[in-house]
Amino acid sequence: MSLHTRSLFELAAGLKAREFSSVELTRTLLARIEAHQPRLNALISVTGESALAEAGRADAVLARGGGGPLTGIPLVHKDIFCTEGVRTTCASRMLDNFVSPYDATVVAKLKAEGMVMMGKANMDEFAMGSSNETSYYGPVRNPWNPRLVPGGSSGGSAAAVAARLAPFASATDTGGSIRQPAALCGITGLKPTYGRVSRYGMIAFASSLDQGGTLTASAADAALVLRAMAGFDPRDSTSVDRPVPDYVAGLEQPLAGLKIGLLREFFEKGLDPGNERCVREALKVYEKLGAKLLEVSLPNLALSVPAYYVVAPAECSSNLARFDGVRFGHRARDPKDLMDLYCRSRGEGFGAEVKRRIMTGTYVLSAGYYDAYYLKAQKVRRLIADDFAQAFAQVDVLMGPTTPEVAFELGSKTADPITMYLNDIYTIGANLAGLPAMSIPCGFVQQLPVGLQIIGRHFAEERLLSAAHAYQRETDWHTRVPPGYE
Amino acid sequence: MKPEQIASIAHLARLSMDAAEIPRYQESLTSILSFVGDLERAQTRDVSPMAHPLPGLVQRLRADVVTETDAHELYQANAPQVAASLYLVPKVIE
Repeated sequence: MSLHTRSLFELAAGLKAREFSSVELTRTLLARIEAHQPRLNALISVTGESALAEAGRADAVLARGGGGPLTGIPLVHKDIFCTEGVRTTCASRMLDNFVSPYDATVVAKLKAEGMVMMGKANMDEFAMGSSNETSYYGPVRNPWNPRLVPGGSSGGSAAAVAARLAPFASATDTGGSIRQPAALCGITGLKPTYGRVSRYGMIAFASSLDQGGTLTASAADAALVLRAMAGFDPRDSTSVDRPVPDYVAGLEQPLAGLKIGLLREFFEKGLDPGNERCVREALKVYEKLGAKLLEVSLPNLALSVPAYYVVAPAECSSNLARFDGVRFGHRARDPKDLMDLYCRSRGEGFGAEVKRRIMTGTYVLSAGYYDAYYLKAQKVRRLIADDFAQAFAQVDVLMGPTTPEVAFELGSKTADPITMYLNDIYTIGANLAGLPAMSIPCGFVQQLPVGLQIIGRHFAEERLLSAAHAYQRETDWHTRVPPGYE
Repeated sequence: MKPEQIASIAHLARLSMDAAEIPRYQESLTSILSFVGDLERAQTRDVSPMAHPLPGLVQRLRADVVTETDAHELYQANAPQVAASLYLVPKVIE
């Protein structure tokens, strides 16, 4: 069996048994990156030399009988995570020359496990986008069809895992940026509960929504990495001090009696019939496994996208104020005074979508508009969170589609921002309410993957992962590899 | 949105903007604000605003002790212009 299609568990077993070394595994995957990067553009930086050095160190640890289940396994990090001594761009011209002086907590934790970093994944600029087309380094292409987008903002991470260039990629999700690309690329994406994974060193977009998570082929692999990534971090003031369960041990929880809520509004207008058919087939599998299906409603769902596009830009305009052309990042040439330095450095450093969101945020926070937009959106956010709480009084998990349709063509939604924003209609609610949510592959429409979304109560990652794992034992959608990448 | 409003927001946000760029943002910001204008429909009387997704969670404060050592050289390695450990900007006071 080829190394690149193995699961994390199979790779760990092979490394432990010395069937192959971490250096061999890393070389194999670096060669795949080199071969497929020109077509996919999934990475912004490749760190081949340091990866082989890290792999060599992992082999030494493994040879002594040391290390854990992730030691010697290669990964790529979304280029939003700070990596000490390695360029961290957030896919923006603003940070094109930025070399991070420290590691994000997620990076440090996985490094401590002995994982090997092969590079930094492409993404939408500052994670603002749903198609990976806003990157300063050019769009990422979908491994299932290069004319199509991989989704965003974690498009490079998702394409890398789908094309089997890496068995795991880190990612972040502010409004669907893990789940939507997972769905469009046919892999498993997990956005944990807000506060479960540290945001320290994860470049901030919207601080009350941002959450780091995983992109892997399977739910079992996600459980293995999340166990290492999650946990309290005193350096993140919203990190939650709560023990991390053994997600791997929890994978085998039985499904019998599980109450699944079908989100009525997710199956109404806008959902492609092909996607609906795949999702309903998946729900039948759950029924066969002993779960009970109940219809539930989120009456305020239609307001989640408008609420998000006030709250997220407001937080974005505040967070991105730090890019001033003085301490780090892009600086305009020959500024005539300090104001000119600020305005031109920011005007040149940020792309169009980032500017649009900064300006939207600036407007909704400005005097005279704050109550009508920002305060109102925060109140609607409460209504949406209350809707979820009521749904969870009746059921254990919620299920529905991740996206309204399969991957779309590059350039097809860039003219009108609202068309692009509406692609996240099913994913944004979980961010507003801080809930954990996953997307798992559940079929194909015209040879393109479809995602099933599973949303859980706060800190119910174990329940989500075991429900996804039970489905993945019955089906093989998650093992499908795009043609040309087998 | 009028062109002068766009120019004023761009200035508040410290974003330089050519006159030629304004129509593009005028169009998209108008459509975004009309889209988020749907929020008006929601009945929110007696609803308290939600700033943070986890109920009851209070942001922690750390102990007031020194935990970081001086690493200004490392941090200033990313600065566009530094002299004598100081960040340089255009002259502010005549």
